[in-house]
Amino acid sequence: MSGTSTIPDPGLADATRSEAALRRFLHGLPGVDQVGAEARAAGLGTRSIKTSAKEFALDLAIRMVDLTTLEGQDTPGKVRALASKAMRPDPADPTCPAAAAVCVYPDMVATVKETLGSSGVKVAAVATAFPSGRAALDIKLADTRDAVEAGADEIDMVIDRGAFLAGHYQQVFDEIVAVKQACARADGEDAHLKVIFETGELQTYDNVRRASWLAMMAGADFIKTSTGKVQPAATLPVTLIMLEAVRDFREQTGTMVGVKPAGGIRTAKDAIKYLVMVNEVAGPDWLDPDWFRFGASTLLNDLLMQRTKMTTGRYSGPDYFTLD
Amino acid sequence: MTNPFEYAPAPESRSIVDIKPSYGLFVNGEFTEGHGTSFKTISPATEEVLAEIAEADEADVDAAVKAARKAYEKVWGPMSGRERAKYLYRIARIIQERSRELAVLESIDNGKPIKESRDVDVPTVAAHFFYYAGWADKLAYAGRGTDPRPLGVAGQIIPWNFPLLMLAWKIAPALACGNTVVLKPAETTPLTALLFAEICQQADLPPGVVNIVTGAGATGQALVSHPDVDKVAFTGSTDVGKAIARAVAGTEKRVTLELGGKAANVVFDDAPLDQAVEGIVNGIFFNQGHVCCAGSRLLVQESVADELLAKLKRRMSTLRVGDPLDKNTDIGAINSAEQLAKIRELSEIGEAEGAGRWSPACDLPETGFWFPPTLFTGVSQAHRIAREEIFGPVLSVLTFRTPSEAVEKANNTPYGLSAGVWTEKGSRILSMANQLRAGVVWANTFNKFDPTSPFGGFKESGYGREGGRHGLEAYLK
Repeated sequence: MSGTSTIPDPGLADATRSEAALRRFLHGLPGVDQVGAEARAAGLGTRSIKTSAKEFALDLAIRMVDLTTLEGQDTPGKVRALASKAMRPDPADPTCPAAAAVCVYPDMVATVKETLGSSGVKVAAVATAFPSGRAALDIKLADTRDAVEAGADEIDMVIDRGAFLAGHYQQVFDEIVAVKQACARADGEDAHLKVIFETGELQTYDNVRRASWLAMMAGADFIKTSTGKVQPAATLPVTLIMLEAVRDFREQTGTMVGVKPAGGIRTAKDAIKYLVMVNEVAGPDWLDPDWFRFGASTLLNDLLMQRTKMTTGRYSGPDYFTLD
Repeated sequence: MTNPFEYAPAPESRSIVDIKPSYGLFVNGEFTEGHGTSFKTISPATEEVLAEIAEADEADVDAAVKAARKAYEKVWGPMSGRERAKYLYRIARIIQERSRELAVLESIDNGKPIKESRDVDVPTVAAHFFYYAGWADKLAYAGRGTDPRPLGVAGQIIPWNFPLLMLAWKIAPALACGNTVVLKPAETTPLTALLFAEICQQADLPPGVVNIVTGAGATGQALVSHPDVDKVAFTGSTDVGKAIARAVAGTEKRVTLELGGKAANVVFDDAPLDQAVEGIVNGIFFNQGHVCCAGSRLLVQESVADELLAKLKRRMSTLRVGDPLDKNTDIGAINSAEQLAKIRELSEIGEAEGAGRWSPACDLPETGFWFPPTLFTGVSQAHRIAREEIFGPVLSVLTFRTPSEAVEKANNTPYGLSAGVWTEKGSRILSMANQLRAGVVWANTFNKFDPTSPFGGFKESGYGREGGRHGLEAYLK
């Protein structure tokens, strides 16, 4: 039995040597059968998570939320309120864990940072001409540096979907590498880089798998489904493909990459389905805010309501939870 | 490392089912006493006795056939297809309404996980009745002439792996075509058939159209050899199928047989590997491998064999074996002590013949009949585990180098019920499907059942088709 796999070199250095090599590598990845992938995602969605498992899942999901506001109408007051909420999601219950991060536009980073202080909650900034990514590379890099200098711990960049769909993989790859360099901070640490694919625009699962490998090879710390500005945003099958990719990438290289579905996850029930998928596809190592995040805003309140219900046995109305 | 995300038990409630201490036969629209020696049906997950079941002797079978004959001649045969359809639609709707009850009872009596009885068995049962209800008034357009006629009384014998689904496959087309039936469920799984008898009463189905006689081999033999049975339909083992074919030889009786299998699941190097892994798992571990069309031989192209096996083993490690009524259970109990002994014996033979045996670490319950998901590597066509039907969660892995070698190995079996092909290349799917001698060839999927699709075997996997327009042929002349 020969042990040939589809990947020629464990270091993956050969795969990224040239445009042609990159294309050969990405197109040599095993295909994704759409029907099969969707059936698997739906099957995992039927797991029944009760009692102690549900308590664990709800708290974990709260700890994984990147509490997000990305509106033109955002004001310093609004993002300060959101930052407070991220630190103390349920002011009535001190046992409730904090969210993972607050995700805002670069101009709000300093305001958020000031509010969060040393709470441990991270500041994430979308950059690189979010959400369309349609700007020159130097502008994208300046956007990134601006956010990093303002104190962003994490940068959520978008890929150039036009270039990806046109097959210009090298261009997309180089851009991610350049943004990763722009994430360098004065203190020597890098801001963590999340790479957004906008899977609603990539359309096929084959593209999602290729984009995942492309981003991981270019040095992404996280791969992320969507901006939240395009429908469909995160779905279970898309996240399944990305979880398979990070699992296989670790097997190949030893490097662990995180996954962040974003947009469209609104209920605790949905969040638990994602956690089941993380657990059974990527494995329990990914059940940690360092390796899995939810990009969401309304999700947090539903998690809090379910959490309160677990302890009191009753559902309280939405008025008992802060809006932001 | 222990997993912090340990799923808490999520048992489906048993309270919806009301299991009586004893059950009689269902003859002429009523429950009657049987005259044979009654027997017990147990829950294979706990070995708890569920109920005492009557055994039909020759006289009981005769009474059932007489009731069926009378109903055929006086009521069901002369009735218009449109009217028959109304009854079938009514039965289908009641099955949907009582679906949870049926699913829970099926899982208790058979041992299969509630996830499968709830999401696969019972919905497919209802779909089967709906589908054939639609045919009842359109038989003139089925391609069997302008005025196809029913055969008369059908004697039907079904196995224990899909008790209710096999009942639906047998009863729905027979009734749609205007036949009446006497059906014998398997002795280890009679309960859902008896609940179905209640559903027939609830639907006001005329007496005698459906009769259920419980018992073991002798009851089946009495039914098959009854002179007033016009049609015999059997699903089960090849040995019994052959005996039935011999018993009816020289008579006017029509026969359809759906027998064993040793299906090849063929994975090419360009396959969508993650989905292929799901298909392999579904192919052999669905219903504990108690599936006649199970993909029990994995044929994988050498160039991806190591990668695929690593993925498969990792996936098998996430399978949850245990309480059939727990909603998170993937693999339930083996149906009987007898079957468990057979699976053990063949697995031991596999090991003795030098194949590499592997199972993920998994705790099995102390009582009941259990077998872990198992795979054998380094298997060749000469191994018994590659030739004989194990009918359990045991996969034999073989490799091939070229498409022609894959076809040769896949076809090198006396069976021919199903096969699977995994490749991203459409032309290869079509060429494989042409060459594989199997009644069903699945492409990039496995174990998919639909009432519109015919199902049946080549060679020793039987003859005749069930499902679809083809399935009508078995009940019309």
